[in-house]
Amino acid sequence: MLAFLIRRLAQAAVVLAVVGLIAFAMFRFAGDPVNQIVGPDTPVSERAEIRKSLGLDDPVLLQFGRYAGNVLRGDFGISYQFRQPVTTLLAERMPATLELAFCATLFALSVGILMGVYCALRRETFLAKLFQAISLVGVSLPTFLIGILLIFLFSVTLGWLPSYGRGDTVRIGGWTTGFLTVSGLKALILPSITLGLFQMTLIMRLVRAEMLEVLRTDYIRFARARGLTTRAIHFGHALKNTLVPVITIAGLQLGSVIAFSIITETVFQWPGMGLLFVQAVQNVDIPIMSAYLLLVAAIFVTINLVVDLLYTVVDPRLRTSVGRTA
Amino acid sequence: MTETVLSVRDLRVAFETRRGTLTAIDGVSLEIGRGEILGVVGESGAGKSVTGSAVIGLIDPPGRIAGGEIRLGSERIDDLPPEKMRRIRGRRIGMIFQDPLTSLDPLYRVGEQIVETIRTHTDLSAKTARARAIDLLTEVGIPAPERRIDGYPHEFSGGMRQRVVIALALAAEPELIIADEPTTALDVSVQAQVITLLKRLCREHGTAVMLVTHDMGVIAEAADRVAVMYSGRIAEIGPVAEVVRAPRHPYARGLMGAIPTLSDTAERLTQIPGSMPRLTAIPPGCAFHPRCPNVFGRCRVERPEPILVGGTRVACHLYDARGEAA
Amino acid sequence: MDDAAEAPDAPRATPSRLARFLGSDLWLNFRRSKLAIGAFAVTLLMFGLAFAAPWISPQNPYDPAQLELLNSNLPPLWNPDGQSPFLLGTDDQGRDVLSAVLYGLRLSLIVGMLGVVVSGFLGIGLGLVAGYFGGALDTVIMRVADVQLTFPAILIALVVDGVAKASFGSALDTNATILLIVVSIGLSFWVQYARTVRSSVMVERSKDYVQAARLIGLSSPVIMVRHVLPNVTGPVFVIATINLALAIITEATLSFLGTGLPETMPSLGTLIRTGNRFLFSGEWWVVAFPGIALAGLVLAINLLGDWLRDALNPKLQ
Repeated sequence: MLAFLIRRLAQAAVVLAVVGLIAFAMFRFAGDPVNQIVGPDTPVSERAEIRKSLGLDDPVLLQFGRYAGNVLRGDFGISYQFRQPVTTLLAERMPATLELAFCATLFALSVGILMGVYCALRRETFLAKLFQAISLVGVSLPTFLIGILLIFLFSVTLGWLPSYGRGDTVRIGGWTTGFLTVSGLKALILPSITLGLFQMTLIMRLVRAEMLEVLRTDYIRFARARGLTTRAIHFGHALKNTLVPVITIAGLQLGSVIAFSIITETVFQWPGMGLLFVQAVQNVDIPIMSAYLLLVAAIFVTINLVVDLLYTVVDPRLRTSVGRTA
Repeated sequence: MTETVLSVRDLRVAFETRRGTLTAIDGVSLEIGRGEILGVVGESGAGKSVTGSAVIGLIDPPGRIAGGEIRLGSERIDDLPPEKMRRIRGRRIGMIFQDPLTSLDPLYRVGEQIVETIRTHTDLSAKTARARAIDLLTEVGIPAPERRIDGYPHEFSGGMRQRVVIALALAAEPELIIADEPTTALDVSVQAQVITLLKRLCREHGTAVMLVTHDMGVIAEAADRVAVMYSGRIAEIGPVAEVVRAPRHPYARGLMGAIPTLSDTAERLTQIPGSMPRLTAIPPGCAFHPRCPNVFGRCRVERPEPILVGGTRVACHLYDARGEAA
Repeated sequence: MDDAAEAPDAPRATPSRLARFLGSDLWLNFRRSKLAIGAFAVTLLMFGLAFAAPWISPQNPYDPAQLELLNSNLPPLWNPDGQSPFLLGTDDQGRDVLSAVLYGLRLSLIVGMLGVVVSGFLGIGLGLVAGYFGGALDTVIMRVADVQLTFPAILIALVVDGVAKASFGSALDTNATILLIVVSIGLSFWVQYARTVRSSVMVERSKDYVQAARLIGLSSPVIMVRHVLPNVTGPVFVIATINLALAIITEATLSFLGTGLPETMPSLGTLIRTGNRFLFSGEWWVVAFPGIALAGLVLAINLLGDWLRDALNPKLQ
């Protein structure tokens, strides 16, 4: 188990190192960092001085080491557009993105699993076929189009829900939350659905396919032969076996939910990290871009690790075999 | 024969397909008495397993019981509503499947699955049910059952898992057990142990057993009576001594000729030429006539009814109403 | 299924390519699937409309001289306030929405297809190299693929876009922007091709004829290309179809986020981005029609891709 954990940690470190290298390369080589600091008519001598003070003349390896050291201390440099430390900017925006991603995942998981189970157990019903059709549309349509459609329906036409922003937020320590006010919760609804819809359809299709597979297995037949109630067979045995692989995918999806929130945040002008990133791309604000990239990579890697661990907790076969082989 | 536990009269099982109705079981009649083991043999596709599934009410759609009746004791069970049939499964009829490796739910401890079965069918408390589960595991010969009861299926070997499956089938003291190829998936060395165990348990509990297998050795070893099936019909049914030593039906003769014995090492094993017809193309008259060495005119047009000859019932025109060989 | 239909390999007098196709399972399967026929028809229609745009559009939306501010914000024709020839209304610049949609469709399709071609070449090439040479090169390529797969394509496309702008300055002309987006898409979607081709190469490399060819001194890279590529046409075709939808979505998303095509040369995504502003003032048609065009196009291609995947049932990696 420990060896397995160490191996996984090593893999995670490699991924982070690669992304770190890319982030550094962006930071250092995409455009001239000096240009971002000084005006176009600054004399060459002054530029050279700045180059020197920034350490841009040092060997590249040394620069990378310095960059990595800074990153590990949480220093991602200064944003070109905001003239503020990137870390501060990201920290301010992080709660908005995480709350949105959390709600979207909650929505995707709960509705996706419910619909998937329904489609598997009542395969021939009209509703099941309707769900299937919706899922096809759900995976096909671009996220921003779905967001616009929802805004058009629920904000413009019906006027029920806000179309942009987080509503009122409450500050608790360094965290601003929208969970504690009515307007904050209302503001979460449309973005969460928009962001979660793709994952929801994915989970629904996965649960359906997986559960149909499980229902054909011998142990389900044997459970029937043992005279267990339909409820025990479907929700005790079949669903539990279905959810084992679903956990992995759903967990990994959580990472892409955070990255995908770039689009949703833009549609709903949600003041999160994704919106910050898009603004950074538009304004060629490299420090924010590279920091965001690293942050997303770190989140991905962490989620991967957690999912691996969770998997061994859920599946007893893995628990022992991993212990044995490792 | 002692008190009859299972009596099947003229059973017909049909599968609705796009190409019309296929009859998988056609006019099967058999009885099993208390403590008796009835072997059901035949090539694959002869309808052995379907007969077993029909008795326990687990024929998967599009299959259905299209005619005849099945009685358990004095109660007719083929037309029971699903919920009533469920209460009979596991409680009054137990079942053992072919592959012990896949019969148990991998995510639940062995004990949990036994306790679940016991508590579905009885009012025992969790604690008593667990004690009973340990007793059952002891009875089927699992060493250190107090410890093993908390093991997961993958921690058991194939033979041990089949013992657990037998314990599960016996959990609620059923009157009848349907064992569908219980030894086929096991190592040869373990097969005999499992058969001996099954035999002993049934004698001790007075359980009737329908032992479905294609292995004549297992039949000779374990069964009291045997039914030879061909193309969804019973060719010959009677005491093992008569059917195995002096088979009357030409198909049964061919089948018995295919068992190697120590005495006839010099002779080559006889083989029945041809293969069993597909369900879509069952020939008129006697289904066996295209392969039968003794075929004559009547066999091609008229389906033979079972006739009592000696201790066995034979469905063959060779034995007419006077009961003597032609 | 008919037995006759299941035996396409039966020896026959070598029929023409068309005859072979008409007798194939794929064609039979296609004729039986209403969804596939519908999706194909819509896709074909979209392609037709897109490439006929310069001839069938009432207006050239890229030409500012043709825009008349007097005609701005007109609703679609079936609305009492609608005016001919603006079938689907106009935007705030007086631009004909129908023309803009047709030209946008054309641009979206061109960028999407170029993106698919670039990612295809990149992926197939890297897959061949990784599978053929193996060793450290293989490890590096496939590790990069693994790492990249953890990021959504749109993020990669955005980063590539941002880096390019930083390196070349923001003053890129329209053609350079298109090129940039095509490259971004190409870099985002190569992994699946590479994996599929690589595993196919691995299988092929171990086969006797390659070993034999090597022994007699034939250039094995040539053999690989000649023998492996035909084997992967099925999977590659399926990946390409599905990726076309993804590439179109990616381009539209980039444009929607404001990092794609400029408003002077709008793709569907750009049109939706600009139209989105008018959602609240009631000019719904400015955003609705590009949205419907994009949704229909992507849905049709996706359905076609799904059907193709089921029909060819290739082993995708």
